[in-house]
Amino acid sequence: MTGRALSSLRSPRIAVLGAGHTGPVIARVAVEAGYRVSIAASGDPEKIELIASVLAPGAEPRWAADAVSGADVVVLAIPLHRFAAFDPSLVAGKLVVDTMNYWPPTDGVQDLFEDRRYGSSEIVARRLARSAIVKTLNHIGYHELDDGRRPAGSPERRALGVAADDPAALDVVAGVIERLGYDAVPLGSLHTGRVLEPGGPVFGASMSRTEFEQAVHTPAA
Amino acid sequence: MTTNFPLVLGLDTFGDATHDETGRPLSHAQTIRNVVEQGVLADQAGADFFGIGEHHTDDLPMPAADVVLGAIAARTTRIRLGSAVTVLGSDDPVRVFQRYSTLNAISGGRAEVILGRGSSTESFPLFGYDLADYEDLFEEKADLFAELLKGGPVTWQGKTRAPLHDQDVVPHTESGPFPAWIGVGGSPHSVIRAARYGYSLMLAIIGGSPARFTPFSQLFHQALERFGQPPRPIGVHSPGHVAATDEQAREEFWPHYLEVLRHYSRIRGFAVPTKDSFAAEVGPHGALYVGSPETVAQKIAANLTALGASRFDLKYGMGGLSHGALMSNIELYGTQVIPRVRELLQ
Repeated sequence: MTGRALSSLRSPRIAVLGAGHTGPVIARVAVEAGYRVSIAASGDPEKIELIASVLAPGAEPRWAADAVSGADVVVLAIPLHRFAAFDPSLVAGKLVVDTMNYWPPTDGVQDLFEDRRYGSSEIVARRLARSAIVKTLNHIGYHELDDGRRPAGSPERRALGVAADDPAALDVVAGVIERLGYDAVPLGSLHTGRVLEPGGPVFGASMSRTEFEQAVHTPAA
Repeated sequence: MTTNFPLVLGLDTFGDATHDETGRPLSHAQTIRNVVEQGVLADQAGADFFGIGEHHTDDLPMPAADVVLGAIAARTTRIRLGSAVTVLGSDDPVRVFQRYSTLNAISGGRAEVILGRGSSTESFPLFGYDLADYEDLFEEKADLFAELLKGGPVTWQGKTRAPLHDQDVVPHTESGPFPAWIGVGGSPHSVIRAARYGYSLMLAIIGGSPARFTPFSQLFHQALERFGQPPRPIGVHSPGHVAATDEQAREEFWPHYLEVLRHYSRIRGFAVPTKDSFAAEVGPHGALYVGSPETVAQKIAANLTALGASRFDLKYGMGGLSHGALMSNIELYGTQVIPRVRELLQ
């Protein structure tokens, strides 16, 4: 194993794609957790330089392709309705964290995500077939992500679910979630990860690890 | 953070369908007439601003805020009147300008607008817009509205409405542009857009810690500077309820808050609030201003200071609270909360 691969397990370099509601918050907490972080929107990094410098100081604004190529973990934090236009080759071969939600009441209906046999991250994974998809950070409000952090062992520490089909990818991202300040609760597959979606038992809820595990493992009535 | 703008303390309503004293829902028509009375009382009690948020639902029957504000304008002389918010993305900026310029005429120069999306989206399908186009619609329309506000003939071209060529848009205002704000929930792009087009910034803080918006204030100041715009005020809009004591305010507010949030949690799929999460929102680090006049005044003063903001609009009312409870809230806010906040901040 190369030096890079070894250190990337301990401290993956993170690229956040998206500089809207969610992206800068994720970038900020990742910088504060000690990660090397870049942030990109759809165009010239110049356009998000101000947002990055104020809202996520320490995160480097880059072109999306540059941010991705220099990263071990790519956090996809774009509005889901932009996903249909997202180029899968941009993140081919990468570990991709899907923070997006399909939320028709607030964002409108999208045909791509209307097949209710599959969770939104399963549909994302099918389109990004050459990436390893991990679903997490979708069920905590972007406005809570900052204040909700607690050190490991704190009785107030909140749990976040992490779902993936690829166990190694899941491990890497669970490590990131823990270091950000949350207890990571692994969920076996993206299909199981549907439990994290809007309308599910943990969406928008603040729960300890025990409460969270109970909620996701109790079959819906 | 400090601010050089005068302190403004206002009230906002979404026109929540009110219930009578026995808990039965009143008609939409009676709810609207009640809002007129509430606006008149807000003026008498000493509030600086009365705002009405556009909504299009059975529980918030308030699509024509400007008409209601016109009625309030005719019965008041002092209070400023405006939208909170106007859903500009699904409206025509020319019509919005005309309606609020008319309100400005009726009220003798007391009109304002707060433009935004709000947290409701019903107006998009209702008027035939696609929510996926939201960003483009708002960007273009905010640009055009800023041009209209300057007065004088407008030349404008875009993708979302017919172009204007040297178009005179009436009625003209008597003394320059009326105040215009952009309401922002959590989008940094919206903050920058407000700065770029020269709007003031209204932070809508409806959940979580208000202090987390401090970077948005910094972003707004820096963006204004970058675009060569003069400094502009920052305001805060948050929900709450004022009663004689903390206990009374919480007891009155909680069942209605729970019912409203339960309704939206079914539609939007988020968790129903608990007594604990409610207590956190009502506490010093939460977004709800529910309590006695002293409790609410302390919280307003602390958060305006933290955010470098010079304006606070309390969004009063919560599905089904009685007209009587709302009138009492307005009275206490005007006569006790406002003087106390002024005292605390001087």
